[in-house]
Amino acid sequence: MSDFTPNIQVFCCHYTSQQTLAEGAEGLQQDGFPASVTINRLVCGGKLKVSSLLKAFEDGADGVYVVGCPPDKCHNLLGSQRAAKRVGAVKKALAELGMEPERIEMFHLERGFHPEFVAVAQEMDQRIKALGPSAIEGDVK
Amino acid sequence: MIVAERKPINEILGMIGDAKRLLILGCRGCVTVCSAGGEREVEILASLIKVGRKKEGKPIEIIEGSLVRQCDKEYIDTMDQWDGQYDAVLSMACGVGVNFIANLRPVVNVYPAVNTSFFGGSMDQGVWTEQCAGCGDCVLHLTGGLCPVARCAKSLMNGPCGGSQDGRCEIHRDVPCIWQFVHDKLESLGRKEQMLALAPIRDWRSAGHGGPRKAVRDDLTV
Repeated sequence: MSDFTPNIQVFCCHYTSQQTLAEGAEGLQQDGFPASVTINRLVCGGKLKVSSLLKAFEDGADGVYVVGCPPDKCHNLLGSQRAAKRVGAVKKALAELGMEPERIEMFHLERGFHPEFVAVAQEMDQRIKALGPSAIEGDVK
Repeated sequence: MIVAERKPINEILGMIGDAKRLLILGCRGCVTVCSAGGEREVEILASLIKVGRKKEGKPIEIIEGSLVRQCDKEYIDTMDQWDGQYDAVLSMACGVGVNFIANLRPVVNVYPAVNTSFFGGSMDQGVWTEQCAGCGDCVLHLTGGLCPVARCAKSLMNGPCGGSQDGRCEIHRDVPCIWQFVHDKLESLGRKEQMLALAPIRDWRSAGHGGPRKAVRDDLTV
């Protein structure tokens, strides 16, 4: 599985990804941010729809994760809790469909803490490489 | 409103079989309000079915649509815009909607995507409870507005029964005894002597025990 380069989509809120995005592509590469991870930025995790997460799998993602504020410190109060619930719904749906629920995860990180943002990207990169490609052949893989 | 819940995805995949073109049809009435079968749920179900079918190596074309209501003929007629574009319809409306499509489109394969659960309402976000049984012979004027048919496990007309303990029903501690609630409500209204009146044996024909029900309003039938 060593030649497998996963397609991982991260949906993250404006606040948790601010510092990461300020690094720019070259900076991210130097910091060890995996090339397999594509960042999708949202104004808030509360804006995230279940259908957007499913669409990512439909389009060929091997893994999807969401980064939001700590549950009790969300900039918009309940946004990251709402995002976590939606991730939970997709986890359940993947299991129902006979897919590994570990392909989707929710992470709560402090705002602006760049090393932790890189660390969860590396964790997901390793996890999805271990799981292998998704059973779904996407349209835009 | 009519409260419904989406069926498990594998049950839905099983019922649509090998259909290659599917019309998923939401309803903008009750099932939109209870987040079971509105436009958002159509979008989610379409994704789930596409993912499920891709996993099986049997891709599917899906049209996502929704009708103002699926319980009136004139709105069912708006389905005609998709004629010839699908092999089957997966209705996300309550059972009334599925029946209406079946009644009015004899050659259309229509399947239910939701389980129609009850008549209820939402006191807390994401939680719905049964409040009315549609029994056709309302007694709410006698019970402080609280329904013993829908909300008593035994549908007792002369409650509470011996299973009422500390205001809870014997079937489960989470279930309040509606007759305790009726008593407390009538007392707070200064009408608790109403609890002493015996309700007569009830005629359940109006509740559907006399066969399918029908309502005709002569003034509206012209």
